[in-house]
Amino acid sequence: MSAGPVLILGARSDIGMAIARAYAADGHAIQLAARNADTLEPERNDIALRHGTDVTLHELDALDYDSHDAFLDSLPALPDIAVCTVGYMGEQSENEADMQAARLVMRSNFEGPTNLLALLANRFETRGSGTLIGISSVAGDRGRATNYVYGSAKAGFTAFLSGLRNRLAKKGVHVMTVKPGFVATKMTDGMDLPEKLTADPDKLACSVLRAAKRRRNIIYVKPVWWLVMLIIRNIPEAIFKKLSI
Amino acid sequence: MKLSGWGRYPVADCTVTAPRTPEALSEARKSGPLIARGNGRAYGDSAMNEDSTVSMRHFNRFIAFDHTTGQLTAEAGVLLGDVIDAFLPRGWFPAVTPGTKFVTLGGMAAADVHGKNHHLDGGFGNTIDWLDIMGPDGTVTRCSREENAELFDWTIGGMGLTGVILRMAIRLRRVETGWILQHAHPAPNLAAAMEAFEAAPDAPYSVAWIDCLSTGEHLGRFIVMLGEHAPLDRLPNRFRQVPFGPPPGRNRTVPFNLPGFALNRWTVRAFNAAYYRMGLRNAGTSYVPWDTYFYPLDGILGWNRIYGRRGFLQFQCVLPDDTARAGLKALLTTIAETGQGSFLAVLKKMGPEGGRFSFPMPGYTLALDFPVSDKVLELMEQLDRITLDHGGRFYLAKDARLTAHMLHATDPRAGAFAAMRRETGADTGFASMQSERLGL
Ligand SMILES: Cc1cc2nc3c(=O)[nH]c(=O)nc-3n(C[C@H](O)[C@H](O)[C@H](O)COP(=O)(O)OP(=O)(O)OC[C@H]3O[C@@H](n4cnc5c(N)ncnc54)[C@H](O)[C@@H]3O)c2cc1C
Ligand SMILES: NC(=O)c1ccc[n+]([C@@H]2O[C@H](COP(=O)([O-])OP(=O)(O)OC[C@H]3O[C@@H](n4cnc5c(N)ncnc54)[C@H](OP(=O)(O)O)[C@@H]3O)[C@@H](O)[C@H]2O)c1
Repeated sequence: MSAGPVLILGARSDIGMAIARAYAADGHAIQLAARNADTLEPERNDIALRHGTDVTLHELDALDYDSHDAFLDSLPALPDIAVCTVGYMGEQSENEADMQAARLVMRSNFEGPTNLLALLANRFETRGSGTLIGISSVAGDRGRATNYVYGSAKAGFTAFLSGLRNRLAKKGVHVMTVKPGFVATKMTDGMDLPEKLTADPDKLACSVLRAAKRRRNIIYVKPVWWLVMLIIRNIPEAIFKKLSI
Repeated sequence: MKLSGWGRYPVADCTVTAPRTPEALSEARKSGPLIARGNGRAYGDSAMNEDSTVSMRHFNRFIAFDHTTGQLTAEAGVLLGDVIDAFLPRGWFPAVTPGTKFVTLGGMAAADVHGKNHHLDGGFGNTIDWLDIMGPDGTVTRCSREENAELFDWTIGGMGLTGVILRMAIRLRRVETGWILQHAHPAPNLAAAMEAFEAAPDAPYSVAWIDCLSTGEHLGRFIVMLGEHAPLDRLPNRFRQVPFGPPPGRNRTVPFNLPGFALNRWTVRAFNAAYYRMGLRNAGTSYVPWDTYFYPLDGILGWNRIYGRRGFLQFQCVLPDDTARAGLKALLTTIAETGQGSFLAVLKKMGPEGGRFSFPMPGYTLALDFPVSDKVLELMEQLDRITLDHGGRFYLAKDARLTAHMLHATDPRAGAFAAMRRETGADTGFASMQSERLGL
């Protein structure tokens, strides 16, 4: 296989798995990193069978910061592309009442993902090539009463990615920020999502692949979300604070 | 959520869950009878249960492939199209395929689907080595022709009513290329079309398209299409660089429901006439890529919307060899007289029976689409009676409106099927709107 390996951080996620399949279909070897990685054996086997490519499993806890260097050392090869899909939404009401719950959301969406991407960025910079893809969220574009704990962590992640992109732009390393709107996954199972605004993980994966090839910087997965968020971002705060959206 | 089959008729509010593990599926079973749903390509209410419809979409992993025998082991929610994507480039093709690749392996087994090779190879059931089925008590049983053979035989063609198929092993066929060598013969009428089928018993694939608005001596103009997998050494040079065919083009989508009036007898007549002329022009031998040959409609995603808001019905019956000619003539005459042109009408010769409750039998199967209207519902009842009078029976994967009385009158196996369900307790675990309507 000529195409270099792709590392998926948080691979059990539906979005991560869809991206893994899309890259495997494109001929890349795949490294799946997740908690309890061995339970992903059926997925590993499935991707290997379908696409005839090497797929490996790697244990990873995004919150165990000290283990991250060793984790990267243990990979069969430094990947060409790393995609971070680690994330955790929690329940807003719980996040308001219980600071420990809120902290877990913040760490899972910000500290863990940035720690991993920062280490990868340094290795990519040394090598002088590579692509980092972070799955952030439109929720980070403006804090809203219904999910600002998650949203603020994603906002931090988005800002981190943009800074990283700026730093590495002249170093041959590309950084892409993905801001999905609604995606039909485990995270949103049971929520009543508007069909027109909801993406399917496989379609999302195709968009991510295409955009990464074109070295896009920031993508909204369903283009309509760009417009929705443009409007939401531009509502004056005096009015915004009274809305319930 | 609002749910329907491919024909978008009937529509019902169904509770749909999508378990990710056999354990979660077993949990779903505890809240009462359920029905498994594959990719919703059955036309009517086969895969609908208002209280509990269980989508199999998360059971979509390949498990094993044996490169020497072509045996694929996979979960039941795997799409046929994914099997082709993965294995055609390695020289393997489904041994039996319906007219769309957007079906799941589970749905194919449950309907014991037939392809253009049924007259030679039989139904999809023939290509299955074993199935794992979750029964009404939540236990998973492996069954095959040797092991739990009874359960195996009832499940193939059992429309999801014996249990939920979790995984299975099927045989793929070796092919040298993804191209089909097609021979098209226009046939001016029914007799000529049947002769063409009878004259080509060894053609690997055969099917006929019908213009069913022409009457009289032209009653049903046909184009009989025979096909075979093209061997590499017969492939014209220009195709040899891409022996497995060009990658399927981008799917086009029908974005909205066409107003019902767009499809009336005049537009259908014009379409059919144009199609027939095209058939005449392309008569003879040609090389066709696999996806255009087997799945001509898959290129237009959501084509079921062209029939407008009320949706559409498909009538499909099979008539035994000895009454086929008279029966087909009666069916086609009735249709032509009402002027209800069918957009898509096909005739095909069938081979031996499959599972205990499978649709096919030796004879001819006729399938036609009609937009739903009161007139069409009446016409369908007439067609039912003609089928009954000629000893035929109906394909449940296409049915949305048959009565229990008509089903049981045409198919004595239905009673035995229902009795088996009661004895095994399958009726307490599995039911669909169709099984309730048909007294299964
Ligand atoms: C354009 C088109 C062309 C077609 N051409 C043909 C053809 O040429 N020949 C032919 O035979 N059929 C044909 N069909 C019909 C189609 O092949 C069958 O209806 C098939 O069963 C659909 O599979 P599905 O996965 O969509 O199943 P669904 O429509 O979701 O379900 C169909 C039946 O299978 C059962 N089922 C699904 N998954 C499971 C499971 N895991 N375990 C147990 N039961 C299950 C359901 O309960 C239901 O009874 C065609 C349909 C279309 C839309
Ligand atoms: N679904 C949406 O509508 C939507 C919208 C916008 C953005 N997103 C973002 O898209 C990404 C993927 O989400 P998804 O929808 O696919 O949901 P998901 O299935 O819940 O995926 C999140 C994944 O993150 C992993 N994870 C969480 N904490 C971890 C940790 N400490 N160490 C390792 N892995 C950890 C989880 O692993 P476990 O499986 O081990 O729990 C899980 O697989 C997330 O970042 C999410 O915020 C989703």
